[in-house]
Amino acid sequence: MLAAKLPLLVVSRWSTPFSLRNARRLVRTHAFRLAALYFLVFAASVLGVLLFVYWTSASFIEQQTEATLDAEITGLAEQYAQRGLSGLIQIVAARSAGDRGDAMVYLVTDPNGNPLAGNISAWPSGVPVHSTALSFTLDRKVNGQVEVHRANGRLFHIPGGFRLLVGRDISDAVAFRRQVRSTLLWAGLIALGVGVVGGTIMSRNLLRRVEQVNRTSERVMAGNLSDRVPLQGTSDEFDQLAVNLNRMLDQIERLMTSMREVTDDVAHDLKTPLSRLRTRLERALVELPERSSQNEAIRAAIDEADRLLATFNALLSIAELESGARKNQRERLDLEEVARSAAELYGPVADEKGFGLALATEPGVKILGERHLLSQALANLLDNALKYAEGAAIEISVFRRDGKAVLEVADHGPGISEADREAVFDRFVRLEPSRTTPGNGLGLSLVRAIVRQYDGTVELHDNHPGLRVRFEFAALPA
Amino acid sequence: MKILVVEDDRETATYLAKGLNESGYTVDCVNDGREGLFLASSGDHDAIILDRMLPGMDGLAVLGGLRAAEIRTPALILSALGSVDDRVKGLRAGGDDYLVKPFAFSELLARLEALLRRGAGPMTATKLRIADLELDLLTRTVKRSGKTIDVLPREFRLLEYLMRNAGHVVTRTMLLEHVWDYHFDPQTNVIDVHVSRLRQKIDKAFEYPLLHTVRGAGYCLRAPE
Repeated sequence: MLAAKLPLLVVSRWSTPFSLRNARRLVRTHAFRLAALYFLVFAASVLGVLLFVYWTSASFIEQQTEATLDAEITGLAEQYAQRGLSGLIQIVAARSAGDRGDAMVYLVTDPNGNPLAGNISAWPSGVPVHSTALSFTLDRKVNGQVEVHRANGRLFHIPGGFRLLVGRDISDAVAFRRQVRSTLLWAGLIALGVGVVGGTIMSRNLLRRVEQVNRTSERVMAGNLSDRVPLQGTSDEFDQLAVNLNRMLDQIERLMTSMREVTDDVAHDLKTPLSRLRTRLERALVELPERSSQNEAIRAAIDEADRLLATFNALLSIAELESGARKNQRERLDLEEVARSAAELYGPVADEKGFGLALATEPGVKILGERHLLSQALANLLDNALKYAEGAAIEISVFRRDGKAVLEVADHGPGISEADREAVFDRFVRLEPSRTTPGNGLGLSLVRAIVRQYDGTVELHDNHPGLRVRFEFAALPA
Repeated sequence: MKILVVEDDRETATYLAKGLNESGYTVDCVNDGREGLFLASSGDHDAIILDRMLPGMDGLAVLGGLRAAEIRTPALILSALGSVDDRVKGLRAGGDDYLVKPFAFSELLARLEALLRRGAGPMTATKLRIADLELDLLTRTVKRSGKTIDVLPREFRLLEYLMRNAGHVVTRTMLLEHVWDYHFDPQTNVIDVHVSRLRQKIDKAFEYPLLHTVRGAGYCLRAPE
C-alpha cells in the first residue's frame, strides 16, 4: 500500500530517446539541475578570468601608447620653446624620415591648414582642431598598398595659428586586441564544453549512487525484503547512507519475519481451539435426535464458528499476499479461460436469482498470474454483484487495451459513490451502516491483494447505473 | 479397515478416533511424528490421517520417509496451514488429499472414503452404472432407463464424479475441487444450483430419485434399497 502512495522517485534517464516529455522530465531531475549549476559556476569563473586577462592586457597597451605620445609631444614642445618654429619644423622633418616614422605620425601646419612638415600629406579628415587628445584614421601605404590605419594622437597649438599633430599608429595594438579576443573566445568555448561534460559526468556519478538506493528501495517495496543497497567500499557519505539504510532494512525484515511468524502461530493457536469448538458442536449435533429443538441452535452456532474461521482465513490470505511471499508462483494465464470458467460456475445461480450473466471476451488475452487466485478474485466480485445488484444483468468482459489486459465485471445495482471507492478496499469496511448483509468486509481487500500480487491494478467505476470493477494487468503477447 | 491417525492435539485425536470408530473403522492413534513413521512403516494400515505440525518430526517429513520406503498407503494431510502453496507442498510430498483445519467430520469422512475407494474400483471402465442410470465415458452420453438425457459438459463431469463415489457422501468442497478445480469457497450457493439442475435432468421424470441431499454434509448418489 505504501508503495503505491509514494511518488515515483525521479531518476535520470539519459538513454531514452529525446522528446518534449522526456525533456521536461530531464529538467526535473536532480542530475540535470546539479549539472546545470556546476556548469553555470564553472562558466562564470572561466569568463571572469578571461575578461580580467583581456582587460589587463588591453589597458596596458593603451597606457603605453598614451605614455609614448605624451613623451613625444612634451619633447617637441621643448624643442619649440628652445629653437622656435623653424627648429620644430626641422626636427619634425627629421623624425618623419627616421625609424620613428613607421609607427608615428607627425604634421605641422600653418594657420590655413597647409602642411609645413611631417609624414602625412594632409590634415586627417574629421579631426577637430581644438581638442588635445584625439583618435583618427589615416590611409597609409604599406608595401605599395593603401591600408586604413587607426591612430591616437595629440595636438599642440603653436602661437600664431600653427598646429603640431603627433599621432601613433595603433593598428598593431588593435590587431593584438583582436587576436586576444578570439583566443579568449576559443578558450571560453573549450572551457564551456569541458564544463558541460564534466558537470554531466560528475552529477551522473553522484546520481548513479542515489539511483542504486532508489532501485533497492523499489525492490524492497515490491516485496523483496532481503535486497540491500550495494556498498562501494569508499566509506564516503554514500556508503554511510547505504550502511544506515541497510541496517534499517535489516530491522524491517526482522520485524516482518517475526510478524509473519506471529501471525502463523496465532493462526495455528486460534484455529485449533476454534476447530475443537466446531467439532464438539458437530458431535453434539450427531448425538441429538434428528428433530430436537436444540438442533437448529447448534447448527446456527456451527455456522457462526465457520464464519469466524472464514474471516480468519481471509485475513491470513491477505497478509500472506501482501507480504509478497508468493511472487514466484506465476504462470501464463488466459484471462478468457478464467472468465469463462467463472461464468460457467456462476451462470446457473445468476439465472436462479433472476440475474443475467453475460460474457464478452476477446481471445488471446494472456497475463502472468495464478488461475486459482484470479478465479477467487473474480468469484468475490460475482458474489458481491449477486448480493447487492438486485436482479439486473451482470457482464464479465475480457479485452486488450493499450497493451493492457483488462478484466471487467459490471452490474446494474446501486453502485458505490465516488467518495467510498477507495475506502471499500480497506479491511472490514462495509458500506451499509446496519451491516445486515452477510459478509466480513474482507472480500475487496482480498481482491486487491490478489490483483497487486501480479502487478495489476483494480479500479471501481460508475456503470451508469451500477458498478464496474476493472482489473488491469500487463498483457503478454498472445 | 484400519486407519492410522497421527495428530498431536489430543482433543482432535480423540475426536477423530471416536468418530472413525463409530463409522466402523479400526483406529491407531499416535501424537508424535517419529512414532507415526514407525507405525506407518509396517504398511498394514489402509489409510493415514496426518497432521502437518507435529512434535518430533514434521508431517511432510513423515510422508517423505514413507514414500521413500515405497509405502503407498493413501494419506490425508490435516493442517491449519490453508494456503494453496501449503496444499501443493503437501500433495508434492506424497499426500493424496489435503484438508484444512478446522474441518467438518463429515467432510473428513467423505474424503477418507474417497481415498479408500481409489484404486479399488476399475478406473479404466468405459461405462459407469448405478441402478438404471448409465454413463458412457467414451461417447459422453447419459442414459436413464434407456432414455438419453442431454447434459452439458460440466454436468457430465459432475455426474461422473458423483457416480464414481456412488453410495458415499460427496461434499460441496470436494465437488468444487474435483469438478471445477477451484480451491476456495464461494459465498454464494453455486454448487447447490448446479446439483439441482442436474437433478432436474436425471431424476425428475423418473420413478425414484438417485441424487440425494445429505443435510449439513453434501450430496450422495445412490441406488434405492
